[in-house]
Amino acid sequence: MRIKTRKPPFHSSWYVVLALGLGVLAAGLLSRDAVAQSPTPSDDQVNQIAHQLYCPVCENTPLDVCPTEACRQWRDLIRQQLSQGWSEAQIKQYFVQQYGARVLAEPPAAGLNWLVYILPPIIILAGAFLLLRAMQSWTKLAHQPHPENPAAPQPDGSSDEYVARLEDELKKRK
Amino acid sequence: MDLAMTENSMNDPLVTPSRRRAVPLWAQVLIWGVLVGLLVILAITLNRSQQGTAQPGDHIRDFSMTMFTGYELNGQSQVKLSDLRGKVVLLNFWASWCKPCEQEAADLRTAWQHYQPTGKVVFIGADYVDTEPDARAYLQKFGITYANGPDVGTQVSQLFRIQGVPESYFLDQSGVLKYVQIGPFSSTDQIQSIIDPMIQ
Repeated sequence: MRIKTRKPPFHSSWYVVLALGLGVLAAGLLSRDAVAQSPTPSDDQVNQIAHQLYCPVCENTPLDVCPTEACRQWRDLIRQQLSQGWSEAQIKQYFVQQYGARVLAEPPAAGLNWLVYILPPIIILAGAFLLLRAMQSWTKLAHQPHPENPAAPQPDGSSDEYVARLEDELKKRK
Repeated sequence: MDLAMTENSMNDPLVTPSRRRAVPLWAQVLIWGVLVGLLVILAITLNRSQQGTAQPGDHIRDFSMTMFTGYELNGQSQVKLSDLRGKVVLLNFWASWCKPCEQEAADLRTAWQHYQPTGKVVFIGADYVDTEPDARAYLQKFGITYANGPDVGTQVSQLFRIQGVPESYFLDQSGVLKYVQIGPFSSTDQIQSIIDPMIQ
């Protein structure tokens, strides 16, 4: 004997329930998206700041590539500060305050640090000026006749009247 | 030499007179001044870097430290060296990322437990370029209870010109540096062998 199942009637109230269910589901998905977009800084964001700081333990190593435990802790701290909404400037200021200005990749332009920014361009400009002066001097010398060898033959082999006169003049002086 | 050349040039009709101008005196003074100044800065910097750590016999300049909450010195969050005259001070530089520091942590804790009741000795931990959460975890892990605080701006470590961590400095009752320990202590006995003669 075959049992017939009766289809339930499809009332309009079911549409309401379905719509509500879909609404709840959509809200859940949206909220999940919102969680995914919560401020969990990426490695790139952390390293962007870490690159501007230097390891305090192993000298001359930027924080973003430093493999030491101290640097790992510092990167974690940067991540934590970023997730708390700190700006890049605030984070750098915190690190300077806690560990001194030497942690900065670019020293602040204050006090003797100004020398770092001023001296290189000055030295380059002074060097270029000296080089220019020297080149001008060399060019002048190259265009002047050599006084010790006035009778040097011309490249085309012809005698120079001026050289002949010069030789005569020199002979007279002797 | 330039003067002679100029005279020759003027007398000799064949040579074009040189119009080379001398560098003004003020410019010469400025250039030499800058060069000498740079050399002085370089010498001072090199001298500092070659000095090494503070040495026994040095009178240490006064400094103050802010302690971690829960690790104050007799309830004082600000500790000033000059306020500790009359007591032997052991200043230990350490960091949570420093593995050799872990070797001596238990010895320091035991030594502190030995000297704390006497009231003659003060232990201070200076946490060097560290983060507070990691530092606190370290202190808890090794059961350290004596005064501890961060070396803010590395000012204290620069005062002692430390070369790394761990390093310990023993100051006598008048604030004169008596002994320097580079690297970890080998045992509690070693710490006691340094402090005992200082408090007798």
